[in-house]
Amino acid sequence: MPDWNNVRADFPILHQQVNGKPLVYLDNGATAQKPRRVIDALVHYYERDNSNVHRGLHTLSMRATDAYEGARARVAKFINAADPAEVIFTRGTTESVNIVARSWGHAHLKPGDVVLTTEFEHHSNLIPWQQAAKAAGATLKFVPLLGADGEGGLDLAALDALLTPQVKLFAFTHISNTLGTINPVAELCRRARAVGAVTVIDAAQSIGHGPLDVRQIGCDFLAFSGHKMCGPTGIGVLYGRRALLDQLAPDETGGGIVVSVTYQDATWKPAPERFEAGTPNVAGAIGLAAACDYLDALGRDQIAAHDTQLVNLAMKKLSTLPGIRIIGPRAGAERSGLVSFAFEGVHAHDVVTFADEDGIALRGGHHCNQPLMRKLGLTSTTRASFYLYNTTEEIDRLVASLQRILKFFNGS
Amino acid sequence: MSDLADLYQQVILDHNRRPRNRGKLPTANRVAHGDNPSCGDQCSVYLRLDGDRIGDISFDGSGCAISQASASLMTTQLKGKTAAEAEKMFGEFRDIVTTGQAPEEISDVGAFAGVHAFPARIKCATLGWHAALNALKGDPVTATTETHKD
Repeated sequence: MPDWNNVRADFPILHQQVNGKPLVYLDNGATAQKPRRVIDALVHYYERDNSNVHRGLHTLSMRATDAYEGARARVAKFINAADPAEVIFTRGTTESVNIVARSWGHAHLKPGDVVLTTEFEHHSNLIPWQQAAKAAGATLKFVPLLGADGEGGLDLAALDALLTPQVKLFAFTHISNTLGTINPVAELCRRARAVGAVTVIDAAQSIGHGPLDVRQIGCDFLAFSGHKMCGPTGIGVLYGRRALLDQLAPDETGGGIVVSVTYQDATWKPAPERFEAGTPNVAGAIGLAAACDYLDALGRDQIAAHDTQLVNLAMKKLSTLPGIRIIGPRAGAERSGLVSFAFEGVHAHDVVTFADEDGIALRGGHHCNQPLMRKLGLTSTTRASFYLYNTTEEIDRLVASLQRILKFFNGS
Repeated sequence: MSDLADLYQQVILDHNRRPRNRGKLPTANRVAHGDNPSCGDQCSVYLRLDGDRIGDISFDGSGCAISQASASLMTTQLKGKTAAEAEKMFGEFRDIVTTGQAPEEISDVGAFAGVHAFPARIKCATLGWHAALNALKGDPVTATTETHKD
């Protein structure tokens, strides 16, 4: 069992005052803070090993290549991929989903086909499918979300009716960035496979927040960002089953992805190089591997338990505030370490501005979930999202700040 | 807390709680919509132009206290003004929210001077004004704060 107070000491950024108060960072759903170990890995790389990777014959280039490919193997182990070649480094979740939507979509989607997704996807796992469906003349359909507050999760009964043989691809989030809903991803993949649909999982909110095993889940593709799991920004991963990756043409072309080039044509290297045109984010990959080491040293099941403990406490305390509407799973039901809420008469941006005055970092808005907000009859919510360095005292400070805000605006 | 107290002046809280001229204007002959895509604030402004003058004006929408109060206060200021006067008033308002300096003769609108300490909120304060100016130009397209420097 990690000593969570020692964990805070690993994160230099947490030890500062914001607006004269100790920082309470509750915007982990947007990005996580970085432990010293990750920062050191970046500094070490730039101070000792920086060089371009692949094809280099000098010592630094070989060192950089070893570190970069070592990072790939480390990430493969982190998600239990069968082969490091199934890990493609990208800029993040958004680019990862776009690669599948464009490369796979272009090769496989035809008029009359159906792309299935859900009513609560982040824009980054919605718009690429809108574009792919439009380009192919395919139809985009949605598995409904149940409950006036979205508390019922995915309508699994409706899913069976929607999963027809016309469905060629089913894209869904692992954890909703707005609702905190945890989807039964292994079950969804099993059902999709039964009709021959390819599965794509947006793991942006789940990666680093608990154990994740792509083979146990049984997905075809899985996308995530490094920065939400204590890694650097600008590095992310597209996991794809080898058999599928090798059938796809590259989405982006250029140097580093080719076997042979003539003036008129080129042939592609296998995955992962095929999908990594140009100089990759070497430092980012190395930093991401350091984040994998850091999180595994603490234990991802322990981190998940810590998140759960915090969110359960937050649900209990927040639900006592007057006029609060919490969306997503009800108190006591399974939910990830985040909670979104709205107050009658006080807009989310005013809440966030006030909380910031108390040194508390929250997020207010539509959370890149505009269609979901409309469905729930909301224009915006305030979100508190927790991670391994947050404490129960910080939840008390959040609740006290919200009480002050309500008093200011409503006099209650 | 002093910056916050400056931002949420009594005038702003009052207009947020009891917005003036809110709702569709049945006699409107001009309408324009304002959108702040980064935060989802929305504001529609309805105008009845009598010749060159704003005979009547209303707004509708949803958003933070700053955006709603600003639109509400704006409607009280623009009634009876010409397009040229409205444009000049927007210029003055923009100066207030970006510099924090409000001329003494400007009363209620001066309450928005505190916005300048919160650069992220300047867009909220100007949303309704952008929509109103678009409506005056007879330009029904959505005004988005992302295409304006403020």
